[in-house]
Amino acid sequence: MDVVQLKRQLIAFTELLFGEGFLDEQFNQLQQLQDENNPNFVAEVATLFFEDSERILNELANNLDKQSVDFKKVDAHVHQLKGSSSSIGAQRVQRVCIIFRNFCNERNVEGCLKCLQQLKHEYALVKSKLEALFSLEQQILAAGGSPSI
Amino acid sequence: MAVAGAVLRQNLPGNMDLCGKTGKGVPEFHVLAVDDSIVDRKVIEKLLRSLSCKVTVVDSGSRALQFLGLDGENSSVGFDALKVNLIMTDYSMPGMTGYELLKKIKGSSAFREIPVVIMSSERILARINRCLEEGAEEFLSKPVKFSDVERLTRYLLRGEADEVSEFGKRKLPKNCDLEVSSPSSPSSDDSSSSLCSYSRSSSPLPKRCKSV
Repeated sequence: MDVVQLKRQLIAFTELLFGEGFLDEQFNQLQQLQDENNPNFVAEVATLFFEDSERILNELANNLDKQSVDFKKVDAHVHQLKGSSSSIGAQRVQRVCIIFRNFCNERNVEGCLKCLQQLKHEYALVKSKLEALFSLEQQILAAGGSPSI
Repeated sequence: MAVAGAVLRQNLPGNMDLCGKTGKGVPEFHVLAVDDSIVDRKVIEKLLRSLSCKVTVVDSGSRALQFLGLDGENSSVGFDALKVNLIMTDYSMPGMTGYELLKKIKGSSAFREIPVVIMSSERILARINRCLEEGAEEFLSKPVKFSDVERLTRYLLRGEADEVSEFGKRKLPKNCDLEVSSPSSPSSDDSSSSLCSYSRSSSPLPKRCKSV
């Protein structure tokens, strides 16, 4: 596939991700910060986000598995994930976090567990979408083009 | 929860693009950024570096105090710490909150003049007021945008911070819409990204308040 086609794919894919709410304006902010001095900035932020999210999701699973759930702890973890997803523009993940925190406030274990499942799902989705996006960008670079639109 | 180990990175001196001047004779703007989130640290560092600021990033209030030499352990203040022009700190952090860090900085004769900006994803008016009253320069809503930081560093670099501190501690300015018509309860948590920042300054900064 040539550069022009790849770029068209990238544009279409990016529009889709924004349209379906996977990503929001904050992601644009990060892309604008990327430059020749830091050509992998967005991918680097994403990597940190993935590592951090996986850590938090594990903690959440552990904490919700206890006989007596410490909702303060759970809430603190969700708050962290809400923050980092917001910083990268992972809008759907962020939105589940908000609902999750409400269940924490209500001390509703069922609700929290459902949210955790949803969170895992949304996180897996945004991770695969972002990886696909970065892969497209790499293909454009390899084909001699520049991914910046 | 807290990330183990400080993330301490320092930038090499660069051109001072902020001033509209380049090259020699222009002092570097050194920002100390404090945030327990590894993602946010990466982003704020890039934001500041893209404005040619020298940046030191740490992961907690106690590391920030250590860096400034305010932790009581180290009586001699580090050379770098003397040249901090701005401190930007997250509000919600395990251990010491941004508010507690703010109080410690404002309580120190050596560092009380350094402008401190609080960043938070939660727009709780009582919290904002408390920070401003304690001497915070500004309260930025997260996620922090390039334009927020650019505006901030620009007016601080122009030395208006000195003028601002003469106004003393006061409440949120009346001209900010959100104080009058805030629909959100203190415990509400909306996902809207706020374009609003809250400032003690009365300088005519472009305030883009978007009520959602």
